Amino acid sequence: MSMTAAVGHAHADPHHIGVVIEHPGPASKRIVTAYGFWVFLLSDIVMFSCFFAAYAVLSGQTAGGPSGAEIFEQRNVAIETVCLLLSSFTCGMASIAADVRNRFWFYLGMAVTCVLGVIFLVIEFREFADLVARGYGPSRSAFLTSFFSLVGCHGLHVSAGVLWLLTMMAQVFAKGFRADVLRRMMCFALFWHALDIIWVGVFSVVYLLGGAP
Amino acid sequence: MLGKLDWSAIPFDQPIPLVAGAVVLVAILAVLIWVVVKGHLPYLWDEWITSVDHKRIGVMYILLASVMLLRGGSDAIMMRIQQAVAFQSQGYLPPEHYNQIFSAHGTIMIFFVAMPFVIGLMNLVVPLQLGVRDVAFPTLNSVGFWLTATGALLVNISLVVGEFARTGWLAFPPLSGLSYSPGVGVDYYAWSLQISGVGTLVAGINLVTTVLKLRTRGMNYLRMPMFCWTTLASNLLIVAAFPILTATLAMLLLDRYLGFHFFTNEAGGNVMMFMNLIWAWGHPEVYILVLPAFGIFSEVVSTFSGKALFGYRSMVLATMAICVVSFMVWLHHFFTMGAGPDVNAIFGIASMIIAIPTGVKIYNWLFTMYGGRIRFATPMLWSVGFMVTFIIGGLTGVLVAVPPADFMLHNSMFLVAHFHNVIIGGVLFGAFAGFEYWFPKAFGFRLDERWGKAAFWFTFTGFYVTFMPLYIAGMLGMTRRLQHYDVAAWRPWMIVAAIGMAVLSIGVICQIMQLVVSIRNREALRDRTGDPWDGRSLEWATSSPPPVFNFAFHPDVRGEDAYWDMKTRAQQQSFEHDVPEYQDIEMPRNSPTGFICAFFASIMGFALIWHIWWMVILGGLGAFATFVVFAWRDHDEYVIPAEEVARIDRVNLEERRSLVSMAGAV
Ligand code: HEM
Ligand SMILES: [Cu+2]
Repeated sequence: MSMTAAVGHAHADPHHIGVVIEHPGPASKRIVTAYGFWVFLLSDIVMFSCFFAAYAVLSGQTAGGPSGAEIFEQRNVAIETVCLLLSSFTCGMASIAADVRNRFWFYLGMAVTCVLGVIFLVIEFREFADLVARGYGPSRSAFLTSFFSLVGCHGLHVSAGVLWLLTMMAQVFAKGFRADVLRRMMCFALFWHALDIIWVGVFSVVYLLGGAP
Repeated sequence: MLGKLDWSAIPFDQPIPLVAGAVVLVAILAVLIWVVVKGHLPYLWDEWITSVDHKRIGVMYILLASVMLLRGGSDAIMMRIQQAVAFQSQGYLPPEHYNQIFSAHGTIMIFFVAMPFVIGLMNLVVPLQLGVRDVAFPTLNSVGFWLTATGALLVNISLVVGEFARTGWLAFPPLSGLSYSPGVGVDYYAWSLQISGVGTLVAGINLVTTVLKLRTRGMNYLRMPMFCWTTLASNLLIVAAFPILTATLAMLLLDRYLGFHFFTNEAGGNVMMFMNLIWAWGHPEVYILVLPAFGIFSEVVSTFSGKALFGYRSMVLATMAICVVSFMVWLHHFFTMGAGPDVNAIFGIASMIIAIPTGVKIYNWLFTMYGGRIRFATPMLWSVGFMVTFIIGGLTGVLVAVPPADFMLHNSMFLVAHFHNVIIGGVLFGAFAGFEYWFPKAFGFRLDERWGKAAFWFTFTGFYVTFMPLYIAGMLGMTRRLQHYDVAAWRPWMIVAAIGMAVLSIGVICQIMQLVVSIRNREALRDRTGDPWDGRSLEWATSSPPPVFNFAFHPDVRGEDAYWDMKTRAQQQSFEHDVPEYQDIEMPRNSPTGFICAFFASIMGFALIWHIWWMVILGGLGAFATFVVFAWRDHDEYVIPAEEVARIDRVNLEERRSLVSMAGAV
């Protein structure tokens, strides 16, 4: 484009003849934070999909050890699932409470979320400990390797979430509902819900498909 | 108490790494002592180490990359000498040492030279081009940089404490598994990439968010400079691909540390899964590196041709097409491993398709130059050199993307020549072009042109003399990574390559000289206008170096080539700027979070490598505490008062006014 052409088009984008929607400028902090955290969550989901893929590849490789159908306890998994889904609901309640600056409901919602998360973790831990005690630890076979890694990776995320949750409660206690605390709360809620969605994947792929005899 | 660490970890019997390590150690100590004695420590701490300014962080990334380039380059020199002398003899390097060198060389060049260099340039330039004050998450940006530095540190520690991997830069199992690599080499490799990988991911998220959410008024997507587009594409690839690397390395580490069976030979582990996973990251990775370079060439070619970029929209389209397709070709890295003809054919065709958008780009650059008033300044030389070189590299890429041809050329010196052709001729030339082009922006003075041109010509010639012989050796059947060989026909080519390496090294020395000379003559080379090249995009609209806040006002963009547009309009209207209403600006406060976090990460990484479990816990707790402390702080911003902004901005405006009136008079 020559110089005169550039001047000629100075006021209208040459490519948008007609209505030009001008970009309004940098977005607000709240939007930027939430957006960035979304991008992080997507990358986290990519990481999980690698473990899902490994599970898909290795789930048949039992090397003479037990298969999924022999070791999964559907009742436990059902309780775990209910806990996690409920906790997503209570986490949502806590978010709303934070938005309307209601401390009581915020603490209550977060506390219940925390308890449900911990119950989930305890059940998962007992399942793992029980398997290891029976000699079915992750080094028994490639199938168990992939099972422990996928479910354990989700468990680690939940543990980190619980730690974060407690930090959030402490922050609200110490600082009140300040703008940056609220932004963090929003990220936490996104994180917690995302873990829920991933659990639905784990539940279906590992326990439902893999548990079928 | 100290895990696997004891005195046997220090290689007292091997003089080369010990001497090299000692030299580095002495150099570091000397610099530290000099800094402390001269009283520069507070300055360094306040202005650089704890800085969250994207420009400073960008500069530190580039500095890290440059230092590591020297380290990786010394490895390269050692390998070339070895292969030149190791004909029917052992050469001067013992095999296990040679294996460590080529592994460290590849790892360092990709992860600690190419990556930090392009990330540094993107960090430095993109917010300026978008007309904004900073990246989306400034403190996180600093964390990302320091974690990258941690990775580099760990790799260098392996030189003297313990050993590095002997498995090549991608550490394929089962060779990298515990049974074949029982030492700490692979652990050094995996933990340093794991830690720096987190840093890279953080940088990726940051830049994606910056480009998508922080643009100045009127900067619609189709008005963004090309470099912003390629930055977006490259960082989208980072966000999508680096988690794969993280997961893959985590699996490898689980195999090694806890006896898992992802990639083992026994208990049902699957080695091909590693191949698939690592290349699902690895192929996009090469485009993560080369796309920003494409962006740099677009900027440089259009500036130095005095023309807007030809076919801007097709360039955008080509960039995004490469971004997508680069995820669908990974299998061409293991055509020979039995996937079968159908799969190979599909991936072969997909690979060749990438050549189409790349070709579009080359033609666009050529047409941009066509009919332009071309100035052959150093950045332009690198760009033209790139175009010639990259075409050869791309063509040989298409050649190895033909499965039958690849059966002949896989794992040969031909392949080595191909990827050096694209990585040096593409990424490194791009990095150098960007370095020369934006240096005045970052530091306020230009680089010496004579030394710059000498550096280009030596590097360019040296590159051809080094790598063209490798194509021939590859076709003569020489495989890669040979510690010694007995085939007489290969010998001459290895000697020529070693000579080429010497020429290349002169180029590197010229580049160092260029820096020294330019710093010495910085008053004469000072750039007062902020626009030394008669640039077209917004980074040239502010002073050199820019104030912390970059722009006193968010510029108002009306079309492509925003700054060129402003300049031409200003000339016509004789710059009748009504005196603007300055306002207070809030900027993020400095923070040591990144540095402290990386400090604990280094401790943790080192402890993990040597199985020192108490230290691992200590490092982990420290890192967590750092984040809590950071989350707790009350004032994360400070205010630059309007008068101060006005004072700084007026100086810049005055210079610029005289520039425009001068140009108008011509
Ligand atoms: C037209 C575009 C390209 C095509 C068709 C292509 C094709 C290929 C193929 C088929 C291989 C595997 C050969 C083998 O292992 O036998 C390969 C290897 C490689 N390519 Fe390319 N390539 C292209 C561009 C690039 C670019 C732009 C870069 C870097 C910026 C790059 C870097 C590499 C590297 C590092 C390897 C070697 C990996 C290893 O095995 O260690 N390529 N390329
Ligand atoms: Cu590839």
